[in-house]
Amino acid sequence: MTLRTRIIPCLDVKDGRVVKGVNFVNLADEGDPVELATRYAAEGADEICYLDISASPEGRGTLLDVVRRTASNVFVPLTVGGGVRTADDMRAVLRAGADKVAVNTAAVADPALLESCAIRFGRQCVVLAIDTKQRDGWFEVVVNGGRQPTGLDAIDWARRATKLGAGEILLTSMDADGTKTGFDLAVTKAITDAVDVPVIASGGAGTVDHCIDVVLRANASAVLAASIFHRREIEISTLKAAMASAGIPVRKVA
Amino acid sequence: MTTIAVIDHGAGNLVSIAQSLARVGADVIVATEPSDVVRADGLVLPGVGTTRGVMHGIDAAGFRTAIAQWDRPLLGICVGLQVFFDSSQEDDARCFGFVPGTVERLADAPRLPHIGWNDVSMDDDPLFAGIEPEATFYFVHSYAPRPAQKDTVIGTSTYGETFASAIRSGRRVGTQFHPERSGENGLQLLTNFVAMAA
Repeated sequence: MTLRTRIIPCLDVKDGRVVKGVNFVNLADEGDPVELATRYAAEGADEICYLDISASPEGRGTLLDVVRRTASNVFVPLTVGGGVRTADDMRAVLRAGADKVAVNTAAVADPALLESCAIRFGRQCVVLAIDTKQRDGWFEVVVNGGRQPTGLDAIDWARRATKLGAGEILLTSMDADGTKTGFDLAVTKAITDAVDVPVIASGGAGTVDHCIDVVLRANASAVLAASIFHRREIEISTLKAAMASAGIPVRKVA
Repeated sequence: MTTIAVIDHGAGNLVSIAQSLARVGADVIVATEPSDVVRADGLVLPGVGTTRGVMHGIDAAGFRTAIAQWDRPLLGICVGLQVFFDSSQEDDARCFGFVPGTVERLADAPRLPHIGWNDVSMDDDPLFAGIEPEATFYFVHSYAPRPAQKDTVIGTSTYGETFASAIRSGRRVGTQFHPERSGENGLQLLTNFVAMAA
């Protein structure tokens, strides 16, 4: 009787299509996020994450349609992030069928957004995405896809944001992201020690052992990865079996 | 075909619950006003956020009497279940009082909210028909029911403390977890609810 550690495949979605790093073997429609999400759910994903990287308003509208179609076909939880600026934006994504919404840049610009969203929708669906870069002896919050430094200390920001209303933290190390050399255990551990909400670890997953380490050594509640799943380098079922062998509780899928 | 009305009181994700009921064969109405539920065989009361927010949404949409007087099967999900009780500690909200008891913050939890898949120790109840004992369901909440009468509890889960995660009081049933987000096990539970309403 215990809470399971979650495995979360993340899809980058632009103008309603999956982009970047997907091995499209055996998909009827190669860029359709709904088809890929459906497959991941069948393979044992505990949750699906979409990160919208559309730049245009038309792309945002298309995203809501993708969320709607996903919620209609995939019966595991869906977290959606990217481009959410206001409480009304969040409402639109939730009404389209998302269970949780991640905010990042907009929350740094206006921390009160976390509070107003938590009051309106409940903190359980307010996810704070934090992108960090290691500096000399500290971790800085960066925004706008990692391009813009903020001067904010990631640990302070995590503490403050959870007091304001964030119910979960999606933590991405921009240093580790894309390297496949493992999660940044130091920043992950620092954040999980600092807050009492669940922390999703992201950035750097390359092997099964990386995922095990970030759970056992940095207390991550969930592991998020993109390319290792998209390129089929690691099957979700293989990862779950290895985590179970390492003593991590995972959800079995029939 | 069995008709299930899902109450839209303004908050949260109705797409998932409506679509999963449709998936298991129900004729689904998303009800935005009380007259929408009249021809339904069963009622689903979803809810996210806070008990006060959900009660406010129910009142604003004029559903309080329709829900209170509903005499066919009713399924409350998450905060939709919490409002079955007398009151919630979360914000001192007064709720329906269908089931004696309160709603309180989970004690001794390692982290809150309780987010993710967890076990449900299930009683022999028709709501759980055909579901394997080792099934897990998706939770996302910080508060949970504290029923005054143990015989209303049909499922329990453990996160820090052991808490009531499924409730039955006559034709009113409820789950603290989200069957509409719980994969095949959740769809089976919804199938069972639709069968109760048929």
